[in-house]
Amino acid sequence: MIQVIDYKAGNLTSVVKTLRYLGAETNVTQDPELVRSASKIVLPGVGHFQATQLLADLGITDAVRESIARGAWFLGICVGLQWLFEGSTEAPATAGLGQFGGMCERFPAMYDGAELKSPHVGWNSLENVRDDSRLLRGLPAGGFVYYTHSWRAPVVASTAAETHYGGSFTAAVERDNVMGVQFHPEKSSAVGLHVLQNFVEL
Amino acid sequence: MLTKRIIACLDVRGGRVVKGIQFVDIIDAGDPAELAHRHAAAGADEIVLLDITATHEGRGTLIDTVQRTAATLFVPFTVGGGIRSAEDAAAVFDAGADKVSINSSAVARPELIGEIGSSFGAQAVIVAIDARRAKDSADPVGDAEVYVSGGRKPTGRRVVEWAIEAEQRGAGEILLTSMDTDGMRNGFDCELTARVSEAVQIPVIASGGAGTAAHFAEVFQRGKADAALAASIFHFGVTDSRALKDELRRAGVPVRLPC
Repeated sequence: MIQVIDYKAGNLTSVVKTLRYLGAETNVTQDPELVRSASKIVLPGVGHFQATQLLADLGITDAVRESIARGAWFLGICVGLQWLFEGSTEAPATAGLGQFGGMCERFPAMYDGAELKSPHVGWNSLENVRDDSRLLRGLPAGGFVYYTHSWRAPVVASTAAETHYGGSFTAAVERDNVMGVQFHPEKSSAVGLHVLQNFVEL
Repeated sequence: MLTKRIIACLDVRGGRVVKGIQFVDIIDAGDPAELAHRHAAAGADEIVLLDITATHEGRGTLIDTVQRTAATLFVPFTVGGGIRSAEDAAAVFDAGADKVSINSSAVARPELIGEIGSSFGAQAVIVAIDARRAKDSADPVGDAEVYVSGGRKPTGRRVVEWAIEAEQRGAGEILLTSMDTDGMRNGFDCELTARVSEAVQIPVIASGGAGTAAHFAEVFQRGKADAALAASIFHFGVTDSRALKDELRRAGVPVRLPC
């Protein structure tokens, strides 16, 4: 059973629909006890980092921390990936989970002497995909995935794939049982379904 | 590399996809859910469903059509037509839409842009602008005027200024439809698209006038569009997105291939 955390942040419906389409038993929850005992957890999210404050308020942050420590599989999507880092300049008073170092920052207004449009919306390619990633296993090289975001996570040692837009950022992050994707697998056609299938089959 | 998006648009009336020429002379083109899936399979990067008569007839959006279309669609899905409040938007998101497109209701009450954005994120709000060049003006592009109610009512607002205001109020994208070129298949209004694209930071989707692959290449390169939307050229099998993208790639436009 996959516990999908509901913290009123957007793409929940689409993520749940996609997991069920892939045959995964999925439950939507705000209950820290269900999160604490889960074997698999998905944290979706699109929109403002501030929304993750509700996770702490509901007691879910501590439950996730405990679940990850005992080995439960965790997948953060979009803001869910950003939450795995220390925080975001979008909502500096709201702490992230701190599984990975660094803060999420806004795309620069200028890059390489040219104006950079923001948000970064559309299909972009996955680069430098790590061979040992379980989440990205079997993906075609240069596969395209769908993004929509204005803040991004830095490239770190646990980055499993990068995407280039105004420089490189973390497209996917993975360390042992903790995983995240900045793109929307639930909206990324066959490539996205493949990523979610990999998670479902863990 | 970020690619240019090809968006297939389904204009829906009474639960059926229809296509008009310059917003009138409507003909039937099929079932929305079936067409959405056909487009996605053929390589469209996104699907937009517009309930074109919702505002005009004072009707709500067709929630069950949205639900049926979204059920097994795994590309971004936008719904527009008849969304007048954050509650209307919430119902459309619940039915499976990723973004809403608002047009007349945003002009009538611009606060709506921020109201939807604060609950669902700016990325979920597309402000659609129906534009007509100001034929008698010295600067017909700069003075192009915003129309509402399915192109029936002029507003006296200038397109570029309204696009900038929409961005400031928290729109995530602009969907710019030229009423002059719509349905004519003679090409997009590249001058107007470029003018709007240069005026805002957010992505601009060009719409109205797609007929050939060259038209798309032109609106991406000269019109500085981030995405382009078309309806009739796909519905009747004139071309599909994959064939279109092959041609665009040859013209040097970055596109999602294979798809």
